[in-house]
Amino acid sequence: MPFYMSPEQVMRDKSEYARSRIARGRSCVALQYTGGILMVAPNPSRALHKISELYDRIAFAAGGRYNEYEALRKAGITYADVTGYQFDRRDVTARALANWYAQTLGTIYTESQKPYEVEIVVAEVGDTPADDQIYRITFDGSVSDEPGFVAFGGQADQVAAALKERFSDGMSLAEALEAALEALTPPAPSGTGAAAAAAAAAAAANGELTASSLEVAILDRTRSHRTFRRLRGARLEELVAQIRGSAASAAAEAAEAAPDAEAPADAEAKGTDAAPPGSPDHDDPPTGPPPGGSDGAPKGPAL
Amino acid sequence: MGAYFDGKGMTPGAFMTARVPSFADFLGSYAPELLPGARGLGALPGGAGGSDVIKDLPHATTIVAAACERGVVMAGDRRATGGNMIVKRDVEKVLRSDEYSAIAMAGVASIGLEFIRLFQVELEHYEKMEGRSLSLEGKANRLATMVRGNIALAMQGLAMIPLFAGYDEETGIGRIFSYDVAGGPYEEHRYHSIGSGSVFAKSALKKLYSDDMSVTDASLACVQALYDAADDDSATGGPDLTRRIFPVITAITDDGFRRLTDAEAAELSQQVVDGRMQSPDGPLAALRQLALADPHLPRRASKGSASGVHAVLHVA
Repeated sequence: MPFYMSPEQVMRDKSEYARSRIARGRSCVALQYTGGILMVAPNPSRALHKISELYDRIAFAAGGRYNEYEALRKAGITYADVTGYQFDRRDVTARALANWYAQTLGTIYTESQKPYEVEIVVAEVGDTPADDQIYRITFDGSVSDEPGFVAFGGQADQVAAALKERFSDGMSLAEALEAALEALTPPAPSGTGAAAAAAAAAAAANGELTASSLEVAILDRTRSHRTFRRLRGARLEELVAQIRGSAASAAAEAAEAAPDAEAPADAEAKGTDAAPPGSPDHDDPPTGPPPGGSDGAPKGPAL
Repeated sequence: MGAYFDGKGMTPGAFMTARVPSFADFLGSYAPELLPGARGLGALPGGAGGSDVIKDLPHATTIVAAACERGVVMAGDRRATGGNMIVKRDVEKVLRSDEYSAIAMAGVASIGLEFIRLFQVELEHYEKMEGRSLSLEGKANRLATMVRGNIALAMQGLAMIPLFAGYDEETGIGRIFSYDVAGGPYEEHRYHSIGSGSVFAKSALKKLYSDDMSVTDASLACVQALYDAADDDSATGGPDLTRRIFPVITAITDDGFRRLTDAEAAELSQQVVDGRMQSPDGPLAALRQLALADPHLPRRASKGSASGVHAVLHVA
């Protein structure tokens, strides 16, 4: 070990180390839709989450090293709960949490030998889409305010570029999820007509980003109190099938009578079955307020 | 973490340490002054004069809870008294603690409300940290420790005790837990009442309660019991028809926590008051037992006996 290393060199090394480790993971996205904020992460685990609730209207999502962002997630919950208990629930804001994370990550980056290999997003759903806030905090403590959508972790730049093309204001939940899935799917080999359809079919057959390999959650604008909901099980399968169904039928039309269009056709049939009659593209929140009219707090199995 | 985290202030150290996911425990080490009763009051200046101040603090009064089919109903009157004065007519002392439980308190209102707020955060904190809710026993045990933390205050006259009720997702029934100032929990079967009017309320419930009542019937029995408490205890408030202030009634069932709307509470209260216009002491319980199933048999009395008592309840 050398006696002296210039600060520039140290910082450059740390930064390169963190960047390269984060880039090995898979990207995640968070984006607005009319009913709230949608977060999507490829994650085959049902128990080790990348997305989680921080507070009533605030969610946390992270990419990178699990033990590090899990510690940050728990610290954020504690910070939020202390603030909310000390003052009022309305006094817990995404901005304050983002700043706290930035300060924490910045301190770790400058003062410890190894920076955290994480990238985190703090999102807060407002009363209107204009009030929504999405912050991205990187391993060195830089914060950026990302209007509308953000991609983070893994090859975030590519995904962000793909998402930018597909994102628009006022999307429904299904449209937003479709945009997210398209952006998260690695670019298919370019081709036209039958070749593209075949590639899509192959991707579907390989189980690329199916409901079971996704972690999806929303901050539901219409709810009061705790707005965070996970989309999973039948509800998520239905949404994904609906999206795949419409995408597959478009592909099938483009490549009429392609010999191996069976998989898309299957998906389409499944999508039609699963979609609620009459409104295949409805943008209702997936978990409406309980019919009993309670205060909109979570029901059923724990989050 | 390294030495650069001092563990004080809103710096990362205190927040990032791995620990048991208890909010109250964390607060006790991080900012104990924020806990309602961690330190007691210390030596009070003014000697005996101080106890008058404490006696005249607002006190919350009567709470009743009754298990029913698919869950449990908990209700409370709306009065707070300070000494012999009524200091508040619309106190809410039955509150949601999480999706499948409710908490209520009797005793010094300020301490009690702060305590309930802490308990609500405690349950939510665990749920968010661990991704699952505590079991109902876990919540009841946690509450016992937290109540015991208040004992120094209780010894100085700032006593409050909670009543905890919830739907047990494992067994599918409603359960009730009571406490004393030193902790608990004591599981109560069928029904229970705490607070200044609890003697009267519990006696009334004893005559009105039957196993497997519907949520509506159990709510009605609770309102009847609160009326009886208000009838004989000056610190318990009855339904206030002129100001339209009615008991807070909550139901915790397999559908989760629900507070009955003001309209529903008004209707039940009106029903009770109308009945009392005819018979001021309320519904008559049968003097001689019909050929019933063993009344001491907990929870699973025959349907026949249940409907017999319901009839009496509604005639009121």
